[in-house]
Amino acid sequence: MSLTDEKVFDLEKKALAIRKSIITMLIEAGSGHTAGPLGMADIFTYLYFVALRHDPKNPSWEDRDRFVLSNGHICPVLYATMAHAGYFPVHELMTLRKFGARLQGHPHREWLSALETSSGPLGSGLSQAVGMALAERITAGRTSPKQFYCFTGDGELDCGQIWEAAMLAGKEKIQNLTVVIDRNNIQIDGFTEDIMPLNPLADKWRSFNWHVQEIDGHNFRMIEEAFGQARAVFDRPSVIIANTIPSRGIPDFEGKFEWHGKPPQTDEEKKTALDALRTLSGKLKNEHSTL
Amino acid sequence: MLNPEQKLNQKVFSHDVEQLPIRKGFGEGLLFAAEKDERVVGLCADLTDSTVMNLFKAKFPTRFIEMGVAEQNLASVASGMAAMGKIPFITSYAMFSPGRNWEQIRTTICYNNVPVKIAGSHAGVSVGPDGGTHQAIEDIAIMRVIPRMVVISPCDAIEARKATLAAAQSPDPTYIRLAREKTPIITTEATPFTIGKAHIIFHPEGTQKADVGIIATGALVHKALVAAQKLSQHGIFVKVLNVATIKPLDEEAVWRLAHETKAIVTVEEHQIKGGLGGAVAECLAVHYPVPIEFIGVHDVFGQSGTPEELIEHYGMGESHIITAVRKVILRKK
Ligand SMILES: Cc1ncc(C[n+]2csc(CCOP(=O)(O)OP(=O)(O)O)c2C)c(N)n1
Ligand SMILES: [Mg+2]
Repeated sequence: MSLTDEKVFDLEKKALAIRKSIITMLIEAGSGHTAGPLGMADIFTYLYFVALRHDPKNPSWEDRDRFVLSNGHICPVLYATMAHAGYFPVHELMTLRKFGARLQGHPHREWLSALETSSGPLGSGLSQAVGMALAERITAGRTSPKQFYCFTGDGELDCGQIWEAAMLAGKEKIQNLTVVIDRNNIQIDGFTEDIMPLNPLADKWRSFNWHVQEIDGHNFRMIEEAFGQARAVFDRPSVIIANTIPSRGIPDFEGKFEWHGKPPQTDEEKKTALDALRTLSGKLKNEHSTL
Repeated sequence: MLNPEQKLNQKVFSHDVEQLPIRKGFGEGLLFAAEKDERVVGLCADLTDSTVMNLFKAKFPTRFIEMGVAEQNLASVASGMAAMGKIPFITSYAMFSPGRNWEQIRTTICYNNVPVKIAGSHAGVSVGPDGGTHQAIEDIAIMRVIPRMVVISPCDAIEARKATLAAAQSPDPTYIRLAREKTPIITTEATPFTIGKAHIIFHPEGTQKADVGIIATGALVHKALVAAQKLSQHGIFVKVLNVATIKPLDEEAVWRLAHETKAIVTVEEHQIKGGLGGAVAECLAVHYPVPIEFIGVHDVFGQSGTPEELIEHYGMGESHIITAVRKVILRKK
């Protein structure tokens, strides 16, 4: 079940294209979030191109899996991945945050109907995913093939509502629910462990009766393994703590909380970002030159 | 003309009028308040820079508590600190505080009657590209309806600074509404400010009587002034009342204006229902019913766009104020 080298190369290329789209759309928009979207690009790529059962040409397909983005501010990666997966034209990404655009500054389900929900205000996505999974269980029973996915930030875990939902999902043993935490160690005011320490994070979720895995969120083989395990768990909800590097792909911006909520703005910043992604393209080709 | 008694910024109509974000006035006011009174403490939910609490944090690090993204906790921890004699200021975006933590504010702050001061930044559609989830346009309504809560909506950074100082000195739970974008400076250091007092800031020249009273609050007061100036050039005379304190409303000032003009236009960057428009209508329905036209958001959510695009789209621009004034004149008996 492990990914072939060709498949990994293919996913890495896709993730790079998505990162390029994220940066160009943010530059065009003139505002928006850089760190989270770049850090989650690999996991989004895996979700939309491997894990999710969905049909971009028929987004309202009833039997689709459900994906809830709880940390709505990272929507540039959501939009870019959806565009590359075929939900809408890639050039529409250039309308991000503009008046009248479907790609609202934070996801709005009414404007972009392929979304399962609207988000932006933190902390309420997990509750909605739990609600969806509970509804499915009432309708179709525990053997429903539908999977429910929810992505959250790590700073977002400061919100009490997350833990209210975690407690409920543990109590209800929602086995077809997988949460991925973007463990990038930053939030707006600084590093998470300075602002509101979360560690020991895995123990917290374990004590709420969740199945817990910790992975490198930039390693497609580990992502594949973790998603597979999460689906296999039959008596508990699953959480994947994905260690990611904020602004991954642009070394000058990586790891810095200052890049949480702004796009490259000065000419120098724009050049730094675009050059870094170009370098990454070259590297990727070299690494896989034998394929 | 500008009311000379108010000692307003004489450059208010010029193109190079100084502009500052209203939230910046809050940040400076909090610093002054904290220097004057050591009971003042500050709590923030992971938005210390953008709510301009960073000035306070830098000067008084031991009186600052970082709460993380936890607005409900923010409100009730502040209540606990107030119970111990502190004067807590709590900040976030208005959408999340007082948006998310309304019941905590109602019970643990207002029901308990403790002097917690809530500063909600990024109010109104002028937040812009972040979109509808982040544009608080119901905050005046949800704060105004809670017994004991004082609601202040400053029109510029200077008024916000004075409001913050005044709030620190008052025993009441207080909500201060702040906007993100730069806003023209209307008032000066010499302009009077008292919680609960509204002021006429623009009136016709000489003995000319006003045809309409415009009652405005917050960041849109400047547009009301510009509209008033333009109207006077077309022979339509208005008075502009700046309502910085929405609750308790200066009912006498509202009543007097209605009595004199027999027609009112309210202006706010907020839902009409429950906002300043609602407050003025409640007051005049009892004391002196006259026709009212409302400038504000008409029961819809905001969206992404530039602040100017959104103000225009939702019908809160100068031209909309001018149209509303003309319309209300036609409705006069
Ligand atoms: C309820 C709520 N409070 C505050 C905010 C403002 N806010 C947006 S993102 C963010 C930080 C979240 O940190 P994290 O989830 O780690 O996101 P990252 O910075 O890693 O992208 C905050 C406080 C919000 N969106 N919602
Ligand atoms: Mg984070």
